[in-house]
Amino acid sequence: MIIELGHFALILAFTVAILQTALPLWGAHRNDARLMAVAAPAALVQLGLIAMAFGALTYGFVTSDFSLRLVVENSHTAKPLLYKFAGVWGNHEGSLLLWTLALALFGAAAAVFGGNLPATLRARVLGVQASIGVAFIAFMLFTSNPFLRLANPPMNGHDLNPLLQDPGLAFHPPFLYLGYVGLSMSFSFAIAALLEGRVDAAWGRWVRPWTLAAWIFLTIGIAMGSWWAYYELGWGGFWFWDPVENASFMPWLVAAALLHSAIVVEKRESLKAWTILLAILAFGFSLIGTFIVRSGVITSVHAFANDPKRGMFILLILAIFMGGALILFALRAPVLVAKGVFSMISRESALVVNNLLLAVSAFVVFIGTIWPLVAEIFFGRKLSVGAPFFDAAFSPFIIGLAIILPIGAMLPWKRAAGLRAYRPLYTTLALALAAGLLAYAVQTGRTALGPVGLGLGVWVVLGALVDLAGRTGRGSMSDRLSRLSRLPRADWGKAAAHIGMGITVFAVAAMTAWVTEDIRVVRVGETYDLGKYQVTLVNVKDVQGPNYASKMAEMRVTLNGAEVAVLHPEKRFYPVAGMPTTEAAIDQGVFCDLYLVIGDPQDGGGFAVRGYIKPFANWLWGGALLMAFGGMISLSDRRFRVAAGAARHA
Amino acid sequence: MRRSLLLMIFLAAPVFAVQPGEMLKDPALEARARAITETLRCPVCQGESIDDSSAPISRDLRLAVRERLVAGDSDDQVIDYVTARYGEFVLFKPRMTGSGLALWLAGPMMLILGAMIAFAMARSRAKADDMAPINPEEQAELDKILRE
Repeated sequence: MIIELGHFALILAFTVAILQTALPLWGAHRNDARLMAVAAPAALVQLGLIAMAFGALTYGFVTSDFSLRLVVENSHTAKPLLYKFAGVWGNHEGSLLLWTLALALFGAAAAVFGGNLPATLRARVLGVQASIGVAFIAFMLFTSNPFLRLANPPMNGHDLNPLLQDPGLAFHPPFLYLGYVGLSMSFSFAIAALLEGRVDAAWGRWVRPWTLAAWIFLTIGIAMGSWWAYYELGWGGFWFWDPVENASFMPWLVAAALLHSAIVVEKRESLKAWTILLAILAFGFSLIGTFIVRSGVITSVHAFANDPKRGMFILLILAIFMGGALILFALRAPVLVAKGVFSMISRESALVVNNLLLAVSAFVVFIGTIWPLVAEIFFGRKLSVGAPFFDAAFSPFIIGLAIILPIGAMLPWKRAAGLRAYRPLYTTLALALAAGLLAYAVQTGRTALGPVGLGLGVWVVLGALVDLAGRTGRGSMSDRLSRLSRLPRADWGKAAAHIGMGITVFAVAAMTAWVTEDIRVVRVGETYDLGKYQVTLVNVKDVQGPNYASKMAEMRVTLNGAEVAVLHPEKRFYPVAGMPTTEAAIDQGVFCDLYLVIGDPQDGGGFAVRGYIKPFANWLWGGALLMAFGGMISLSDRRFRVAAGAARHA
Repeated sequence: MRRSLLLMIFLAAPVFAVQPGEMLKDPALEARARAITETLRCPVCQGESIDDSSAPISRDLRLAVRERLVAGDSDDQVIDYVTARYGEFVLFKPRMTGSGLALWLAGPMMLILGAMIAFAMARSRAKADDMAPINPEEQAELDKILRE
């Protein structure tokens, strides 16, 4: 009964979404206040209905209702409760429901916080947002209905893919989806502005918090996914350039570009058409990502839906929304006239370069991801594009971005007067070069990747600090400190995000270049050297988990006789899914992680054992979280709160 | 009975990536072998390199790569050896020939094109800024402000 209520709520949400699209857009066109007034309550009703549908499906999973096809295929009575919840979105249909839930959530948030928007803009934003809802609820109801029942329910289910039974992955999709879908708000704002034929500083201020929120969610989601891959897939890689990872990375890059160009719109009323185009493309990449993941068109370890009908439907959605948006853009873009002018050397120009590099790097990821498809269709070549291509073709643009970042961040708006402002950066440059050279001298005979990463990291991090210090002006230390404490939060957010980026660049290079790897056969009781540590395989035991059987090793790590850690790497077998997984044991440290993996028993006795020392591993996720944190500080800036406060008084 | 069946499945589970027994004694040669196998795709898996893959064919390919290296082949010769048998599908780093050139040059071309457009726009904008004489309306407004 509850399941049917959920199904019915979803169908109702579909009709509400149609109304929310048609009436406000028509009302805004006719300037009819009554029709426009439908938008906000409809957005709230839609959220309520989709939340009901989501709640009903969750109920089905938690109570293991095996009359539901989806529950049978993705759950099992023995599965831990956490994964019964996570199982709701650990599959195609449920993840789409989560997608639409996030969409409705953003729509409702815009309805609640959008009180200070001009009436027509607000109606149009909510109308466009609802039209995306119409497309995705139709997709669900017609091709991927999560509420289908089985005539003959089985006694038990098939269980969730064991790789997905992990806390890191359980909460990684909701964050990614909030990010993907958050970009739909930027898209809706862009389309609404094109329909209005007006983009001004206020528009830049309205669209930026939504983009910022989406980008924060994407950053956290990507970092969580990367962390999951690091400890779950068993060889300590953190990024595989898998199509599904790329699908989340492309919108992140474009959203980062959009964040920066929206600043130019807000502060200088320039780059308007480009910003609108980026907002359209950012959501476009979200849709392409959804298409890649959901259709399984590009084979990948993640694709759990291989159904061409679904692929066609998403392609149709993509074609309608992107085609429509780009045509509208072509028709209306000439109306958008820039007000602020700027010279060749100015903050605006630096942000143009930033945008160019981010857009091109997103394009490289895009073309690398779809190239196997293009080559097969147009050239009849069956080929692969993998990590070695992306490492070589993508990294140079990010290196370029890191090089210009501290310089651009300190340029004044409109026109740079001279080079005097850069004197503090000379020291930073010297320190960065010295750090890189020192690392190169110490590491002897390795690639230049590590030293380059260190130099860039120092350059970006110190550059951000120098910028922050420069904002305090001149005078006594106490004057400068008090000025520092009064800086707008946007400045702090900028510094935090840029420092996070510097740390991430450094950690990626360090982890790739300075890793120690050791693969060998170890007998129980044997001790061997791993880098500067000594590792002993104490024993290997059989352990029974709730829904798996495990071989768990006990390994003691010592350094010059003193115990560092006792680690328990496992090799698990999930009988229902028929899949083995490796559970690495990691001793996390500030400067390096110890990473141990137990493999198969060997014919001649002993076990295959892999050991890694991963330098600066935690810095990678720490850097990513600092970027997200910087975004949050920016989001709490006074000028956005003032805008939200106006909503309350209205 | 149930337990022994489980154990059998457990032991029959695919071996995990490169195994200690496969590795070469010579560390320099082994390092080259690893570098090569990381760039070759397992022909039957989904997006895994033969270094990571647990499929039997990947094991055979790992051994074949090491055999060729011991026989004195260069890295390129080894890669050609594998490509000749399994096609360019196994190359994670596509060749820079023919249509592959378009893939490799897409990024740099896009950057150059974008930079040219941005530069042209910035210059025309700067010119418009410098050259545009004050128009009569603006002059009138300016006079009004000055008089106040």
